Amino acid sequence: MLRIETLTKRFGANVAVDKASIEVPEPRMIGIIGRSGAGKSTLLRMINRLTDPTEGRIVFEGREVSSLTGAAKRAWQSECAMIFQQFNLVPRLDVVSNVLHGTLNRRSTLATLFSLYPTSDIHRAIDILDRLGIAEHAPKRAEALSGGQQQRVAIARALMQDPKIILADEPIASLDPMNAQVVMQDLRRIHEEDGRMVIANLHTLDTARRYCDRVIGMRDGRIVFDGTPEQLTTGAARDIYGAGAEFSEAATSTEIDTLERSMDGAGVVRLANV
Amino acid sequence: MADLTAASGTPVQDIRDSYLAMVQRRRLYNGVLLAVFVVLMVSGFYVADARNAGGFWDGWHQILDFPAGVVSEAWEKRANLPALLVHYLPSLLETFNIAAVSTLIGCIAGLFLSLAATRGLAKWPLLIPVFRRLSDVLRAIPEIVIALVLIFMMGGGPVPAMIAIAIHTAGAMGKLYSEVNENVDLKPLEGLSSVGANWSQRMLLAVIPQVAPNYLSYALLRLEINIRASAILGFVGAGGIGYELRNSMSWGQGKFDEAAAIFILLFATIVLVDQVSSHFRNRLIGTGGH
Repeated sequence: MLRIETLTKRFGANVAVDKASIEVPEPRMIGIIGRSGAGKSTLLRMINRLTDPTEGRIVFEGREVSSLTGAAKRAWQSECAMIFQQFNLVPRLDVVSNVLHGTLNRRSTLATLFSLYPTSDIHRAIDILDRLGIAEHAPKRAEALSGGQQQRVAIARALMQDPKIILADEPIASLDPMNAQVVMQDLRRIHEEDGRMVIANLHTLDTARRYCDRVIGMRDGRIVFDGTPEQLTTGAARDIYGAGAEFSEAATSTEIDTLERSMDGAGVVRLANV
Repeated sequence: MADLTAASGTPVQDIRDSYLAMVQRRRLYNGVLLAVFVVLMVSGFYVADARNAGGFWDGWHQILDFPAGVVSEAWEKRANLPALLVHYLPSLLETFNIAAVSTLIGCIAGLFLSLAATRGLAKWPLLIPVFRRLSDVLRAIPEIVIALVLIFMMGGGPVPAMIAIAIHTAGAMGKLYSEVNENVDLKPLEGLSSVGANWSQRMLLAVIPQVAPNYLSYALLRLEINIRASAILGFVGAGGIGYELRNSMSWGQGKFDEAAAIFILLFATIVLVDQVSSHFRNRLIGTGGH
């Protein structure tokens, strides 16, 4: 279904992603873990074509998407939704308008200028918001919502695209543990109920373990682990994060109880990763 | 997740209906606004056209006659161009000097005006409206009026033009800079207050580094505008290249080659300022670092 072949991205002398190869035969929920700067974001951005790869190919259902340009590239982007760490909504527009942006690839500039969305699309947008439990916020401005609600609006925008793949770049990194759980459950539900492929960059081990069918570990741009959550032992995690024996799982946890106990430890690890 | 949002309990149908009603209302307002806009534009155009001496429809195809005349005559006498470019270089330098000095003085005055007129930064918050109105006044008077008055009192020459442009620049920069100042991050300012720094120290160390790249690019844009303004003031006797342009630009004197040389010089100057300004702005942002 999705095949990534020796994908490489260089920024000058730096290699952000180094010959990454991934084969995904059927829709799965995949978690990519690794410390900051390991190339996780660049990999996802290349799949969505926000960033152009230096070398290598991305093939989706037999079609090479890494060489598309212009309208064909934008059409691919509409099939392959992206969710960002900072939500990337338009803050001054209302929630439904933000969700309707998921259909922009099918709309002309003139229709967009006068916000002429079909009523059926508006109904569908509100239904998606209802599915995610935030329909009552429909007429509010996006900036008036909390972080967790904004991220769910972003997920609604992604669903509005009716995509085959949902890419999530650190979707819970700026959320509190409660909202992080809600957002991850939403993504899991979308994967299970709709059968869409979800690829999420995660910075915590236990999130990847709990929600994903498959975990890919990246370190310094290379893929150093690819397997099931069960295969992801503490030893394997140490290799991915390049940490020594002092490495503790709690340090990369979002569990509410472990987090409260190890708040200081998590802070240290985050600082060390920056 | 249902338990997180069950509080509202509004049925989806109600939300749909109320949102659609809102959309319909918005579309109605937008449609009315668009119609009013189109009617005003069209009727305004016809009123203006009726009051024209010649009429737009009779005259519009002659718009290109003057440039065509300049280009063809300059082309015939193209052998003269290099000599003319050298000949007019000193008056171009005079025009550029007027613009540069007035930009420098105007921007420094605008800096103080803007700091005094920005909420949260002003040393005397009660006087903010006074400084705002002051920069409004400086902006409101056309520079050509100030220049004519000063030329009448002091005689022709570059100094009245310089003063006139500097006054307008101070008002404009006071406005633009204070808008930049309003977007300043106040945290460094609070940090410096906490160590007991005085107002000038706070402005110098907490505000100026943040706003410098924007200040610089506005100042260089202003320099471009002022080069043009100083050329125009030459028409009314302030010297520089504008005076030469007025003399060579009149019909039927056969001096269009001179006019073309002056246009080329002005164009080259604007391009040069633009290149230099983007170079310095990039360097400032590059080393200043965001």
